[in-house]
Amino acid sequence: MSKQPVKKKKDEVGTTGHSWDGIEELNNPMPRWWLWTFYGCVIWALIYTVLYPAWPLVNGATAGLLGKSTRADVAAEIVRFEDANAAIKAKLVETELPDIAKDPELLSYAQNAGGAVFRTWCAQCHGAGAQGAQAAGYPSLLDDSWLWGGTIEEIHTTISYGIRHNDDSRFGDMLAFGRDELLTEDEVAQVVAYVQKISDQEHDAALAAPGETIYMDNCASCHMEDGKGEISVGAPNLTDAIWLYGGDDVTLTETIWNGRGGVMPPRGGAPESAVDEAMVRAVSTYVHGLGGGVQSE
Amino acid sequence: MALIDKHKIIETNATILLALSFLVVTIGGIVEIAPLFYLENTIEDVEGVRPYSPLEMEGRNIYVREGCYVCHSQMIRPMRDEVERYGHYSLAAESQYDHPFQWGSKRTGPDLARVGGRYSDDWQVDHLTDPQSVVPESVMPKYGFLLNRMVDGKYIEDVLRTNRAVGVPYTDEMLEAARADFAAQADPDSDYDALLERYPGAQVRNFDGRPGISEMDALVSYLQMLGTLVDFSTFTPVASR
Repeated sequence: MSKQPVKKKKDEVGTTGHSWDGIEELNNPMPRWWLWTFYGCVIWALIYTVLYPAWPLVNGATAGLLGKSTRADVAAEIVRFEDANAAIKAKLVETELPDIAKDPELLSYAQNAGGAVFRTWCAQCHGAGAQGAQAAGYPSLLDDSWLWGGTIEEIHTTISYGIRHNDDSRFGDMLAFGRDELLTEDEVAQVVAYVQKISDQEHDAALAAPGETIYMDNCASCHMEDGKGEISVGAPNLTDAIWLYGGDDVTLTETIWNGRGGVMPPRGGAPESAVDEAMVRAVSTYVHGLGGGVQSE
Repeated sequence: MALIDKHKIIETNATILLALSFLVVTIGGIVEIAPLFYLENTIEDVEGVRPYSPLEMEGRNIYVREGCYVCHSQMIRPMRDEVERYGHYSLAAESQYDHPFQWGSKRTGPDLARVGGRYSDDWQVDHLTDPQSVVPESVMPKYGFLLNRMVDGKYIEDVLRTNRAVGVPYTDEMLEAARADFAAQADPDSDYDALLERYPGAQVRNFDGRPGISEMDALVSYLQMLGTLVDFSTFTPVASR
């Protein structure tokens, strides 16, 4: 370490007495700073083992005078933040959902907390900007088209129960009309053409004509006679240009043949300890405020 | 200085040096490692933790084979920010049947210790097939080939037996039924009551939504059970642990 050459001569410091083929080892002392740092570290280590959990004994390790416990620390840290937010979270739970927007402070909190929850638990499917992955079946939350309703109450229910997660709410699959032999291959092709007709796409008029009858018999109960869908069963509007999976021949045939039933876990899959009722309300507020939110009646 | 002089005997005799070095390392090992096998806080048993079902085990082996651990950890540290993002911090017991454990040491992707139930099966399949289709900013490679590699559980009994040899408590009954359980878990129309009895909390579904059992089925069944075995609404951590 020292840039200065050793000044002391051999006869001043002596040798260790080791000698290999006439090469002798000088007995220079360790640098003082190094030695004292070393002693300091030894003392520090001993003090540390007294203060913190360290020595393993028969029934457990010594706990240490400071009583340090990682598990207790994290629990205390979580409680500290919960306490800090307790008042406004309680207010969020008490306030009627449509009224959250009327309180600027509450709205600001809900949108910021909701945004954080969204980016943690929702963004993987719905996208960081809530734009969804349209062709893959993950709906955009920015537009006015809602599968299960766009009022804040409906969004809240959807997030609370998930989609097709259990039988409490938000269930109902589209049947596999082809696979389960409800429709023949020809009939599926006809109804595909009819769906393309009502969504103003290029279509085969000859197929669409018989397709209308099949649609009315098989599809209209959920998608309605006008094809505009029904949010109580999550049936999408077929007349607009927004497609959850796709409006082309191949995708529509696949959809009708095998049915569809996209799944969303409740609270975006978060445990209730991570996303509680207040946070569900916060993220509902956030999603409702993204642009497509519908006014409650 | 008498003791220092004795040091010379050790330094000039390689065999004694080796023997005494080994002795020192052994003492260090006993003090540091041995307590881990008897101290209660390192071997706590937690209700709900069970050995992997055959299909989950197959998925786990695919997870290891593809090197998922290189980018994904399975270890939620006891810190508030991690607990809020991923859920309850990981317990030692939750990886007690992992050989080898998948804690990992680096996160290029997110932690997966509690990924089970966080996404739908469809999402897992979409994401494994083409990660960028659902998460545009992702740098994860594509694993779509898993869909085309069919598995029949031919060697799954041997895999369980090997795990039993290193301490996983698979019973004779589990080994015998391994292949049947393997098939039953991926087929919701099968008779899977016995499977659920052997592996409580196992999820029975056609995970990839396609006929047959592919490596995708196995991997998704593993991912969907990760971190789901312990019911944290009833679990109370002991503060000293």
